[in-house]
Amino acid sequence: MSTNGKPKFAMYWAASCGGCEIAVLNIHEKILDVDANFEVVFWPVAMDAKYKDVEAMEDGSILLTLFNGGIRNDENEEIAHLLRRKSKILVAFGSCANEGCIPGLANFSRPSDIFDAAYASITTDNPEGIRPQPSYAVPEGEIHIPKFYPVLRTLDQVVPVDYYMPGCPPESHQIAAVIDLVVQVLQGKATLPPPGSTIGAGGSTVCDDCPRTRNVKTIKKFVRIQDIVVDPNLCLLEQGVPCNGIATRSGCNALCPKAGAQCIGCYGPAEGVLDYGARLITAFGSVIDSKDPEEIERILDGIPDPAGQFYRFNLAASLLRAGKASWESN
Amino acid sequence: MQRLSIDPITRLEGHGKIEIFLNEDGNVANTYFQIPELRGFERFCVGRPVEEMPLLTNRICGVCPEAHHMAAAKAADAVYHVDPPRPAKLLRELLYSGFYFTDHTTHFYALGGPDFVMGPDAPVAERNILGVIHKVGLEIGGKVIQARKYGHTIVEYIGGRKVHPCTSIPGGLTKGITEEQRQEIEKMGHWAIEFAQFTLNLFNEIVLGNKAYVDLILGDIYTHRTYSIGLVDENNKVNFYDGNVSVVSPDGERIGKYAPSEYTDWIAEHVEPWTYLKFPYLKKVGWKGFVDGKDSGVYFATPLSRLNAADGMATPRAQEEYEKFYSVLGGKPVHQRLAIHWARLIELLYAAERIVELATDPEITSDNFHKIPTETPTEGVGIVEAPRGTLTHHYKTDERGVVTMANLIVGTTNNYAPISMSINKAATSLIKGGTVVTEPMLNMVEMAFRAYDPCFGCATHSLPGQMPLEVTIRDADGNLVEVLKQYC
Repeated sequence: MSTNGKPKFAMYWAASCGGCEIAVLNIHEKILDVDANFEVVFWPVAMDAKYKDVEAMEDGSILLTLFNGGIRNDENEEIAHLLRRKSKILVAFGSCANEGCIPGLANFSRPSDIFDAAYASITTDNPEGIRPQPSYAVPEGEIHIPKFYPVLRTLDQVVPVDYYMPGCPPESHQIAAVIDLVVQVLQGKATLPPPGSTIGAGGSTVCDDCPRTRNVKTIKKFVRIQDIVVDPNLCLLEQGVPCNGIATRSGCNALCPKAGAQCIGCYGPAEGVLDYGARLITAFGSVIDSKDPEEIERILDGIPDPAGQFYRFNLAASLLRAGKASWESN
Repeated sequence: MQRLSIDPITRLEGHGKIEIFLNEDGNVANTYFQIPELRGFERFCVGRPVEEMPLLTNRICGVCPEAHHMAAAKAADAVYHVDPPRPAKLLRELLYSGFYFTDHTTHFYALGGPDFVMGPDAPVAERNILGVIHKVGLEIGGKVIQARKYGHTIVEYIGGRKVHPCTSIPGGLTKGITEEQRQEIEKMGHWAIEFAQFTLNLFNEIVLGNKAYVDLILGDIYTHRTYSIGLVDENNKVNFYDGNVSVVSPDGERIGKYAPSEYTDWIAEHVEPWTYLKFPYLKKVGWKGFVDGKDSGVYFATPLSRLNAADGMATPRAQEEYEKFYSVLGGKPVHQRLAIHWARLIELLYAAERIVELATDPEITSDNFHKIPTETPTEGVGIVEAPRGTLTHHYKTDERGVVTMANLIVGTTNNYAPISMSINKAATSLIKGGTVVTEPMLNMVEMAFRAYDPCFGCATHSLPGQMPLEVTIRDADGNLVEVLKQYC
């Protein structure tokens, strides 16, 4: 067990952008609380990553692991299994680990198309059609890179997860609140929420935190944000901008709508929503002010990319999980 | 054949790995720097509306989302053939200057600087930001935190969020700033100038005042004579947000400048089967392998290359430092890669001066921050200088503005070939038959690529300034001979 008697803490990134780590660092002085209450045993961005030391630890000996990033390749999966074994509490931290996030949009494509886009692009000079290989014999010996999987998976599609903390990235005030809670639990002043809960987020929708005025939402057309002068005080959806706030979990304080930009859904489905896209389709459907099928068609044509609109962050975790092309290549 | 595996951030971290092969004499036979990750942005941006590119491509990198946000927004402007109003451009550049100030500060104090402030052979436990604080004084820790907070505040005021800004759209921005915010930013800008000068003085004192360091910077181990590229304004001064890309030969001759829309005439990319990342090179010169010189298309895109590719800095204090830089290092261009650290600090000062210039522009609080596009969208390229290199976003769309092709040449990617060469040269120079590989020796290899501030998937950043390395030495049959570890 712990050398200094403090419970152990780990944080790891799989297929991710590093923004979750930046969000954690942005809690500023709260980082000291982590240091005071935990022995940080594994956190690549902030300290040396003793992978072998983690392997050597007793199973279950890390109290808390924040895992961000999706499962894109065999290396991501291997680490997910390792940290699951070693951790008492495994948190899917951030949108990628929860629901696949933007990189999950790759699940609409075949891997061969993904590779073509990268290695047969207009600037790529690749007459022999070279593609990266998991194992390759260079003249001096064989060298390896991780194997790219056909679909990107969320953390809980690979290992059991104890808690879910959404957001791209999770907002720093939410991270600070979760750290406060865990510290209180350690001091016996609070109890953990039931396993499987979503933590560090609200229980309602982004709309509930949005200061914009809402009337009866009815629209005759969808408009794109660059095509209108946005009223700074009125609900964006009422102005026809396809704002996802209505289906998205609260927790961010409606940062994007406050800045004049539509919610793009980075906090994932609101509490109790089984499929984010289905919920959003229903919500958008209910604001369309028409009973005429042809007019409804025309109004819906105002959304140029329905698949992306409804599953921008959530495709990998949705009931669909992936597009047909991707499944067929699996 | 013996084999050394150097895994930054250990074997399974997934963000960069170095294989060193030794020959029978124990000298370096070859090195391979592998990038083990692909996420496929160029594919799944297709089918999405182009105004979402600044929001989706943010997620390439959580350390520099501002760079992707800006390059994508500029490309989307070009797709719609819309020229944003001047206040929108000023605001975007102000956001970007705040970001640069934070990013360069972090690199110097936490990542690259400790090698110099503490010395490359200082004990590992001291060669990090804490060591810097102990040596320079406790107040410096507070100042670094302050610098990060200020930069992020500017990003949030204009970009709406601290990480992954959301306000740039085709034709400008979704919001402006208030007079109160402007005043606050101006104040932060003045503080930033002082902080940048303080940092340059620190560098002067500790590094330039020490002959051993100067010799290290000027030494052959860290020198490569490649082409330099960087974005310049109409007066050929360094600019982070806008302009044309200047290309300068290893001899210092400007062989041309290209507008963003001309980038495919200048840049091509080479593929190797042992890594997921491509190797960009100058198309007009051609790919000749991992070699430097005038006949090889290998170029670099860093603070140093930007200084080499420009005629100077657009702000007075940074210009003074620019002149001093080349007078001390013996004229242009400079090829010693460790000088990237110094060049970065000159850019830090420029970013700070630029914050004040922009925050005091009478138009910065204007409500005229967006122009509604009216043309049919087609195709566009946007280029900004990311801190780690020239960043190019290129989109083609259908008549509805839905992306049909996305091509991205990302900051650090530009430097993949030169970084690989720097690693090879440092390893070849330092690891010789019969020598014992020591920890400071590993650090010297690591310094070869840390100068570039590489950000592969934004993951090689390690805050204490010390990237953990593990060297596994195996004999020809793969048997473990020795394991060397370097930890914080």
